[in-house]
Amino acid sequence: MDFQTGVFYFLSAILIFASLRVITARNPVHAALHLILAFFTCGGIWALLQAEFLAIAIILVYVGAVMVLFLFVVMMLDINIDRIRQGFWNYLPLGALLGLLMVMEMGLVLGSKYFQVPAAEAMVPAGVSNTKSIGALMFTDYVYPFELASLILLVGMIAAIVLTYRGPKKSKYTNPNQQVFVKAKDRVRVLQMPVEKD
Amino acid sequence: MDALMNFGQGLFGGAWPAVWALVKIVLIVAPMMLGVAYLTYFERKVIGYMQVRIGPNRVGPWGLIQPIADGLKLLLKEIIVPATANKGIFVIAPMLAIAPALAAWAVVPFTDSLVLANIDASLLYIMAITSMGVYGIILSGWASNSKYAFLGAMRSAAQMVSYEISMGFSLICVLMVSNSLNLVEIVNVQNQGRFADWGLSFLSWNWLPLFPMFLVYLISGVAETNRAPFDVAEGESEIVAGFHVEYSGMAFAVFFLAEYANMILVAALTSIMFLGGWLSPVGFLPDGILWLFAKMSAILFLFLWFRATFPRYRYDQLMRLGWKVFLPICLIWLVVVGVWMMSPLNIWK
Repeated sequence: MDFQTGVFYFLSAILIFASLRVITARNPVHAALHLILAFFTCGGIWALLQAEFLAIAIILVYVGAVMVLFLFVVMMLDINIDRIRQGFWNYLPLGALLGLLMVMEMGLVLGSKYFQVPAAEAMVPAGVSNTKSIGALMFTDYVYPFELASLILLVGMIAAIVLTYRGPKKSKYTNPNQQVFVKAKDRVRVLQMPVEKD
Repeated sequence: MDALMNFGQGLFGGAWPAVWALVKIVLIVAPMMLGVAYLTYFERKVIGYMQVRIGPNRVGPWGLIQPIADGLKLLLKEIIVPATANKGIFVIAPMLAIAPALAAWAVVPFTDSLVLANIDASLLYIMAITSMGVYGIILSGWASNSKYAFLGAMRSAAQMVSYEISMGFSLICVLMVSNSLNLVEIVNVQNQGRFADWGLSFLSWNWLPLFPMFLVYLISGVAETNRAPFDVAEGESEIVAGFHVEYSGMAFAVFFLAEYANMILVAALTSIMFLGGWLSPVGFLPDGILWLFAKMSAILFLFLWFRATFPRYRYDQLMRLGWKVFLPICLIWLVVVGVWMMSPLNIWK
């Protein structure tokens, strides 16, 4: 077993453990933390596959931004664990069905070699960095799907803002924009007056 | 150097590359920690003089051993874990705070050959690693099970996520003009252009054509490190000390180490991205690592100067600055740089 295989098994073991803890941990914050660990380890495995752009992107986007906000929300929630577990047996059949489907799909993709179906394998020419080739593909061959995806994200963002916007504020509030531009002479008037003598 | 390599090869055999990498890591981290210790001394002295005080002057000549004494004191103190704290996370949080601050140094170049890992995507790596620094703060606040700590953590999380965006945009401008994600390459590109040919290379560094981005990056850097005037996460007058209010002894000190290590990191990155890294400002002086240290010290002095001068931002003003001022500036300047690069006036060829 060479060094790379050892690292792969090490990372995979952590990934499987962390993913299991995500669904079994009783404390939601612990579950979220294990999800972060799972993303991070996933990035490690991708780096091992020499997909350094994807590895860094998952850490930058998921670990650095999405999960921070996620954790932020989970910490604020007052979650009653017993109530969540109430419907467990009712939901189990549907959940198990979906899980089985996903396992089957993954098996078909990963097992294509075994079933003698030649899967399209990424050919990486030597000396071209992964980041550069992804960028080149994204802005040449796949420019329309890429722009479309960004448009959908933009629409989603605007939709979220519209959904939570509740009209102009009715209460009194201060405008920091005006506040930071205030100068001393707007607020204080220095009077010059002669000294009074008795 | 070759003799050292051969000696190591003989001593450790196949494990020598790993040992050599460890030696290099120690060679970066140890001086950095010393720098952190003396940055605290420098800070107290500078702010002292700015406020017409003397600052530490009792321990050793001119108080020079003060940071060592402080460190020793904190090492010997007991680490108290609050009874209702979440113990595991309470202990892990300071480690999560300092680990990204140290890990980011792996790709920071000191000269064009003196860099631990010269990887192609080093700018992305820096952005990814530094974005993880916020976890130490959030988790410490949550695990302490204290209202003040939790409020500090919430504030800091919102603040760091907001300022990371404008920081990322300013770095996108840098990578557009340098056409590379590699930090060594980013510095080398700054040594080209008309002014560099005239021997005035400090005018061809990125700070001049990307001046708004330079300011945005520097100010966001102050906000990212939770330094005054953006230190609402600590806010002594409102929430006692913020996220680390329940920490004592060395666990408390680790948060401070992380803060100062982050300050040094932001100073190093600003010097590399915008101030030409190790390049000499004029043609007749040689380039060298000392220039990088000089630029970093100047920026660190700015950090301390800010702290001594500005009052703390209120929370809503801070959010306004991040979202309503910096983000539009970044978006506009991104388009300006893009148009500039496509026009015949392009200066980055």
